[in-house]
Amino acid sequence: MRFFEYEAREVVKRAGIPVTDYGFTTDPAEAREIAQRIGGPTVIKSQVLTGGRMKAGGVKFADTPEQAEEYARDILALEIGGHMPRGVLVDPKAEVAQEYYAGVVWDGTRKQPVMIFSPVGGIDIEQVAEEQPDKVGRRHFSNILPLSDFQAKEVIASTGVTGSALNKLVPIVTRLAKLFVENDMTLVEINPLGLLPDGSFVALDAHMDIENEARGRHKKLLTDLGVGDEETRQAREATPFELAGERVDATDHRGVAGNVTEFDGNLGLVIGAGGGSLTLFDAVRAHGGKPANYCEIGGNPSVAKACGLAKLVLQKPGVDKIAVMMSIVSNTRVDIVARGVIKACIELGMDPAEKIAIFRIPGAWEEEGFKILEKYGVDYADRSVSLNEAARRAVEKIEPHPPVAA
Amino acid sequence: MSILIDASTTFIVQGITGREAVNLTRECLDYGEGAKVVGGVTPGRLGREVHGVPVFDTVAQAVAHHGAPIYGSVVTVPPAFTKDAVFEAIENGIKLIVIVTERIPRRDVAEMVELATLRGARIIGPNCLGVIVPDVVKMGGIGGPARNAAQAYTPGPIGVISRSGGMTTEMSSTLSAAGLGQSTAVSIGGDAIIGSSYAELMPQFEADEQTRGIVIYTEPGGRMEAELARWVTDNNSRLPIVAFMAGRFMDEMPGMSFGHAGTIVEGIQDTATEKIARLAQAGIAVAERIEDIPEMIRTKIAERAGATEGSPA
Repeated sequence: MRFFEYEAREVVKRAGIPVTDYGFTTDPAEAREIAQRIGGPTVIKSQVLTGGRMKAGGVKFADTPEQAEEYARDILALEIGGHMPRGVLVDPKAEVAQEYYAGVVWDGTRKQPVMIFSPVGGIDIEQVAEEQPDKVGRRHFSNILPLSDFQAKEVIASTGVTGSALNKLVPIVTRLAKLFVENDMTLVEINPLGLLPDGSFVALDAHMDIENEARGRHKKLLTDLGVGDEETRQAREATPFELAGERVDATDHRGVAGNVTEFDGNLGLVIGAGGGSLTLFDAVRAHGGKPANYCEIGGNPSVAKACGLAKLVLQKPGVDKIAVMMSIVSNTRVDIVARGVIKACIELGMDPAEKIAIFRIPGAWEEEGFKILEKYGVDYADRSVSLNEAARRAVEKIEPHPPVAA
Repeated sequence: MSILIDASTTFIVQGITGREAVNLTRECLDYGEGAKVVGGVTPGRLGREVHGVPVFDTVAQAVAHHGAPIYGSVVTVPPAFTKDAVFEAIENGIKLIVIVTERIPRRDVAEMVELATLRGARIIGPNCLGVIVPDVVKMGGIGGPARNAAQAYTPGPIGVISRSGGMTTEMSSTLSAAGLGQSTAVSIGGDAIIGSSYAELMPQFEADEQTRGIVIYTEPGGRMEAELARWVTDNNSRLPIVAFMAGRFMDEMPGMSFGHAGTIVEGIQDTATEKIARLAQAGIAVAERIEDIPEMIRTKIAERAGATEGSPA
């Protein structure tokens, strides 16, 4: 989960890394007060979880508190990349002698975190790595051996930084690495890390992602920052249809029947498991089909859960038919899913034979499942029919939508 | 032969009294020649039995009872306890650890993997179904109940490595139906950091005489395919590889994750398109459809055989 800049700065501050005397607000009048307190020119920055703020007009420089209020009002009303801002950050406009970069990310291949440092900051680190590779230092560090200052010193020195700058940067980069580990972050970045005319360093912007799976053990931090449990901050906000899918999955603890993502097609998908869903979604599209949704079933869900998911998809506006397809199951029972989807059709007053374009789930309890499907006249396939072929058959049965009248 | 495990492999199940673990134990005991499940561990349950397997409070007790080192462990404890369970296994001399548990934070996984590396142990997973040597033995829930596993997996020359547990069985079943059995199939897990990647299993398959070709299932997210491509090129591998790439639709949806936690596309290198290009550069064929895989790998194996016979010794 991504943090807003104002939250990330708070995390940086708590780790003992110097930050500016900024303020966060959702109110233009308060923006003026903050600017007054700061005294002197300020920067008003939109708090959105998307890049390109500067280009979109979401960052403005104010000379007076009045101007700060005016810009805050503009920015608070400005949508950037489909997102309305959470608020604005009012930041002193720092006199910066030089901009540096410091970050920590995971290296999935080495399976260790890696510190990244550059004396060229303020721009995308990938761009620096491409144009001035000798100006980007990287250093992996152990997951189990103690973290120590010398590691940060090595990565900073490798970029040619020496003198008092080196000595002042070492604790900052070490603290950043420690913060990364202790808070289960998947990315932390201070960019730019500003060198002030007096020779001190201050974080001028921060970027941070925490691992979703680890949120449970950082409840205090998240509460302090005001991040609610329900806040997932996906790349796209969940739609009502997707939220309904979450409720279906939460009906009981058995298995999974959810992870629903909405699309605007006419073929409803009840598919699984993880890899099977990815394969099937691709296959439907490859045959020209238009999926109404993505979802996942697996881990042996109950009849009620399979039924709930099928009902949700069947009732989605624009859905002609559903395709019930999975890769060969060994844990999930074929007959339970069959019962669930047939029950869904019947309870909605629909004919399973008509509404279920294809049922392709081979594996555990398939004889029992196929018997039920046969009884209701549902077209089904065993493992001799590939995922791709099953998807093709489902797409073929869908009536193309008549062109929408103007 | 096989890689990682064979009929003589001893292992324990940590978290053996959980519902899924009880089933998994039954499945492993029933499959092939019958797995040597020499004990189970659930703290506080010393003295119980699960399908005739004695249950202990600690791994040390299980090892003492067995009277000799135990080779493997299947770990099926909740995410908050997994790291401790794996550390316990490693510190008690276990050499092969299959982690079934999902949703473990990657810091924990990275710690486990680093300790395992220090101690000369190997981790498969997390978020995986384990390892199967067709008709011989399975370690983990892979393939499901013995009867179902026997339907999908048959012995033969193909090594299977897959980021999806279910797709390991789907692809192996397709290979079996085409008369191509498997030497060993490994479900490596769908997380961002895992104990054993494709490239880290390749040396084992390379050294296995039975294996003549590799089939992999892969998806967007991470750099594991680039690592494999590099390994194949650097080591001049004798094994032809055919890959299947799922989740191509995700290229249009950066920042979103589907299917497995590890699938999130964070940079251009993580996309399906980029991975396919990288694999192809290393001579790894990428199949459009699963049903095309058997013919593709058969042809590649035949080509290699022809090239070897034709070249001067």
